[in-house]
Amino acid sequence: MESKFYEEDKLLVLKITSEIDDHSVQEIRRRADYEMERYMPRKVIFDFDGVTFMDSAGIGLVIGRYKFANMIGAKLGLSNLTGSVRRIFDMSGILKLVPTVELN
Amino acid sequence: MYNNEMKLEFISKSSNEAFARIAVAAFASQLDPTIEELADIKTAVSEAVTNSIIHGYEKKQGVVKISSWLKENEIIIEISDKGKGIENVDMAKEPLYTTKPNLERSGMGFTIMESFMDKMEVESVVGLGTKVTMSKIIKPKEDKDEEEFKMLMTNS
Repeated sequence: MESKFYEEDKLLVLKITSEIDDHSVQEIRRRADYEMERYMPRKVIFDFDGVTFMDSAGIGLVIGRYKFANMIGAKLGLSNLTGSVRRIFDMSGILKLVPTVELN
Repeated sequence: MYNNEMKLEFISKSSNEAFARIAVAAFASQLDPTIEELADIKTAVSEAVTNSIIHGYEKKQGVVKISSWLKENEIIIEISDKGKGIENVDMAKEPLYTTKPNLERSGMGFTIMESFMDKMEVESVVGLGTKVTMSKIIKPKEDKDEEEFKMLMTNS
């Protein structure tokens, strides 16, 4: 995972660069929480552009980070959802809580 | 009856989830699936194998077995464990139902298997284990070419 923090917008972009399953999600979760605590952003965007595979572990990941973001007073968004990643998020209903956003 | 068959066994380590779905996808590729069909199969296999590892065996070590058959243009996949079994299969299949919310499990595994495959059945006996059987029809190439042709015609 790559992270980038934009100070003036208090925006943290977390780009996931691996497959997301029950195994790999543990490291993604740990890193995401660490970066969020470190920067205390107002906005957090998960970028799925580099995700070549995702199963339902991705839903759990987003629900957990949504709760964590709420706790630190940040808004969460998802970017670059395509193919089966999009289908899985659509099926879960999570997009009603966490919006999809465009990354410039 | 079957054109091809394969069997796979591995221990219940989460690092084997990727191995299992990639192995089944490689076997399925003999039917010449599209990228989307292959992604559906990989996702369904990943869900079933993950269930065996985290729910079937929990923290204990056990063996997950996969058998798969190719029959004309259909793939059949059976994933089984000798874990603790599911008490109420109907409840487990409900969307968002999970016994492990603390592990950030979404409860969407069976829903995803059902919608990404054409058929899905669960047999489970408490104390003995669980077997998930799924199948998917891979559309023959000619049908796909025809669909693509129709799309091209309507777009032009």
